[in-house]
Amino acid sequence: MDSQLTLHVDGEPRSLTVDNRTTLLDALRDRLGVTSPKKGCDHGQCGSCTVLLGGRRVVSCLTFAVAHDGAEVTTAEGLAEADGRLHPLQQAFLDHDGFQCGYCTPGQICSAAGMLAEAEAGHPSSATADGDGPGGVPRPVPLDEEEIRERMSGNLCRCGAYGNIVDAIRAVAGR
Amino acid sequence: MTRTEEEPARPTEPLEPLNPRAVGTSPVRLDGPAKVTGTAPYAWEHALRDPVYVHPLQSAIARGRVLRMETGRAEAAEGVAAVLTPRNAPRLADSSDRALAVLQSDDVAFRGQFIGAVLAASPEAARHAASLVDVEYEVEPHDTRLSSDRPDLYRPEAINPADEADTEEGDVEAALAAAHAVVDETYSTPMEHNNPMEPHTCVAVWHGASDDGEPALTVYDSTQWPYGVRMTLAPLFALAPERVRVISPHVGGGFGSKGLPHAHHVLAVLAARTVPGRPAKLALTRQQMFCLTGHRTPTIQRVRLGADSGGRLTALSHEAVEQTATIKEFAEQTAAQSRMMYASPNRRTSHRLAALDVPVPSWMRAPGEAPGAFAAEVAMDELAHALGLDPVELRVRNDPETDPRDGRPWSDRRLVECLRTGARRFGWDARTEAGARREGDWLVGLGVAASTYPGFGGPGSVAEIERTSDGGHAVRIAAADLGTGTWTVLTQIAADALECPFDAVHLEIGDTALPTATVAGGSAGVTAWGSTIVAAAREFRAQHGEDPAPGARTRSGMPENPDLRRYSVASFGAQFAEARVHADTGEVRVPRMLGVFSAGRIINPRTARSQFIGGMIMGMSMALFEESVLDHGTGHVVNHDFAQYHIPTSADVLDIEATWLDGPDPHAGPLGSKGIGEIGIVGSPAAVVNAVYNATGIRVRDLPVTPDKLLRY
Repeated sequence: MDSQLTLHVDGEPRSLTVDNRTTLLDALRDRLGVTSPKKGCDHGQCGSCTVLLGGRRVVSCLTFAVAHDGAEVTTAEGLAEADGRLHPLQQAFLDHDGFQCGYCTPGQICSAAGMLAEAEAGHPSSATADGDGPGGVPRPVPLDEEEIRERMSGNLCRCGAYGNIVDAIRAVAGR
Repeated sequence: MTRTEEEPARPTEPLEPLNPRAVGTSPVRLDGPAKVTGTAPYAWEHALRDPVYVHPLQSAIARGRVLRMETGRAEAAEGVAAVLTPRNAPRLADSSDRALAVLQSDDVAFRGQFIGAVLAASPEAARHAASLVDVEYEVEPHDTRLSSDRPDLYRPEAINPADEADTEEGDVEAALAAAHAVVDETYSTPMEHNNPMEPHTCVAVWHGASDDGEPALTVYDSTQWPYGVRMTLAPLFALAPERVRVISPHVGGGFGSKGLPHAHHVLAVLAARTVPGRPAKLALTRQQMFCLTGHRTPTIQRVRLGADSGGRLTALSHEAVEQTATIKEFAEQTAAQSRMMYASPNRRTSHRLAALDVPVPSWMRAPGEAPGAFAAEVAMDELAHALGLDPVELRVRNDPETDPRDGRPWSDRRLVECLRTGARRFGWDARTEAGARREGDWLVGLGVAASTYPGFGGPGSVAEIERTSDGGHAVRIAAADLGTGTWTVLTQIAADALECPFDAVHLEIGDTALPTATVAGGSAGVTAWGSTIVAAAREFRAQHGEDPAPGARTRSGMPENPDLRRYSVASFGAQFAEARVHADTGEVRVPRMLGVFSAGRIINPRTARSQFIGGMIMGMSMALFEESVLDHGTGHVVNHDFAQYHIPTSADVLDIEATWLDGPDPHAGPLGSKGIGEIGIVGSPAAVVNAVYNATGIRVRDLPVTPDKLLRY
């Protein structure tokens, strides 16, 4: 069974017809040719397919496209400016060599962007110390190395670029 | 080997060393902007019209025969273009390599083997239709259990890449009987899987009759060796090699598993032949990768060491038992490094294989060296303990002056300096007796191990230089970048070789339309390709001068390096680790690791550091996490995904640092560089295990070190 829907991908409305079994990831990659999000496991275990959906990070392999008619989807490609200028996180990943093969990288960068917003909004992680914000959570949550490592642990990197990724995110979080 | 043009001459005189200007600096990765935006095209992502999607059918038994496949319901399903089975699949021109003889017979030799494929208009349709195929088997009993007392263990003719299986010098037994201190222990490592983040992907287009009426094949691939894919596929499909084009500009990791073509390459091309003109897209699922892309063999290693009272080895015996497949042999060189790492007048190494009903093992980062150094370097730690000697000092006392294999001088062996430098930087002095340091609930210990990796890098590559109309230079070689920094470091090398600015070099790699290149494997790629570029650049200048017209062009092969016959060339390193073991739960944390390496000239410190550290993290992972659990009832790896096959996450990786003793190896060719891609995983597992021993007093000899092995019930 097919459905028609519109996705706003990296700021552009894209109308498409999908088989209802199509994941958001496959809709982006195979129907719309948006291959910035990657397929590493197709089971929500590696994070390579992370995009921002309405500003929040999701693994796009674990949600059906048909459930997101009208949604705003931002990929790592869309985080960069239209004129090609890189997002500060992207520039920091370059400067800190936060990747090797690059396959997990768009997911890492979308995840980092979503994570920075979560910390800003006072979402706690298991590494968060008590604070005086709502629910005893500091707001924004200060992002030290331990916080970043914890919050980025849904994004696997087999090349082992984790240390550089944390350094890159800290450089941006500190601004 | 086949080439699109006749092989150009190779310089036979050693080349003058490169004058480094861009080499040794740290430009950011040239492929970086495309990678941080996700626009660098990996194999699946080339824009191709009207594809069919291929979903494999796999055997649900580990040994036997396919009797019947009921494909009617699948063929009738919406969107399905074809269902391939052993009965209807195109015949290969050569099926002598049984690992690649896909769908050429009904035989099943391991669980998960390809027995068919569905081709459909969408991935969903292909996958669903695959579930509609009923298969009837003739089941034969299978055998997947490796042990060191199997009566059918055999000695392979040779071990990877091309060494003798056994060596024997002196009298090991007599030396052990007379030794002041003896270690005699058995170590084991489990089956492991490479698991690059990008699943193995092959998109094949069969051009039934191209412009000249002859068939041709284009393959968009994820490979460490484009020419290897061409050379393998061409004869299977009765094509001249130049009729096969392999395109692979970006590779999402490989760690050896994309070094050689696998069965999925053949399946993708069989599918493409079925729908000429249409791209056949095949990406293995993460689960399928656990039976179709190679694995690191499990090993059982008996190591025996004897030493005199001065801590000098008198006997060194390293005997390895491994598995291979029934359909193809892969003999990992597990004990090979024990032939050269330490001095000992009496020495034995051996390799024995069991041919089991398992998929074919293959290369996984530092095959041989990584599991072998785990056993050998833990045994050295045990010997140090038996002698009451510092483990660093034991290694220093046994550093051989020349290569024990043949007496050749070392080109540049600075292991002792690595050990001493690392000990100083790591704070090795703070190490206590085993089990003596406790901080709260955590037992804390330090460990060390030594590393080595051979200086591979043979001839076979060709580079082309051409002056471009913008005043720059195109540099063409079918090399691969799997995260190794190839795009960047070959550009640095070419700039220095041409004595031109870095940004005046336009590098082209990853395509068999370019001159041939050897595999990105054995930590040899950059040295082999880079020295070939140096040769081509020198020849280009000699032929065309400093400012030739656009279109001026030269090709050259890799230069001879006669020093490789006179000297023993290898990289060395010292690995240090701190382990913290929770006294109640057995949880292990590794707060610090330090690697100090001696690998000749470092081309790009930024990318080199990343690669060393990445190897060390994979070594820590080997020590603590990785284990493919083969269920002997089904012959199936049951933990075949990232939820169950554990690799480190960001939260597992704390303070890991790599540094190196800089300076070119004077005998390693014009670059003075040696391999860095694999040495990081060599020794690091042993350093972690030795640190766990120092923390707890518990000696774990079977990887991985899971908490259950550290609890005193």
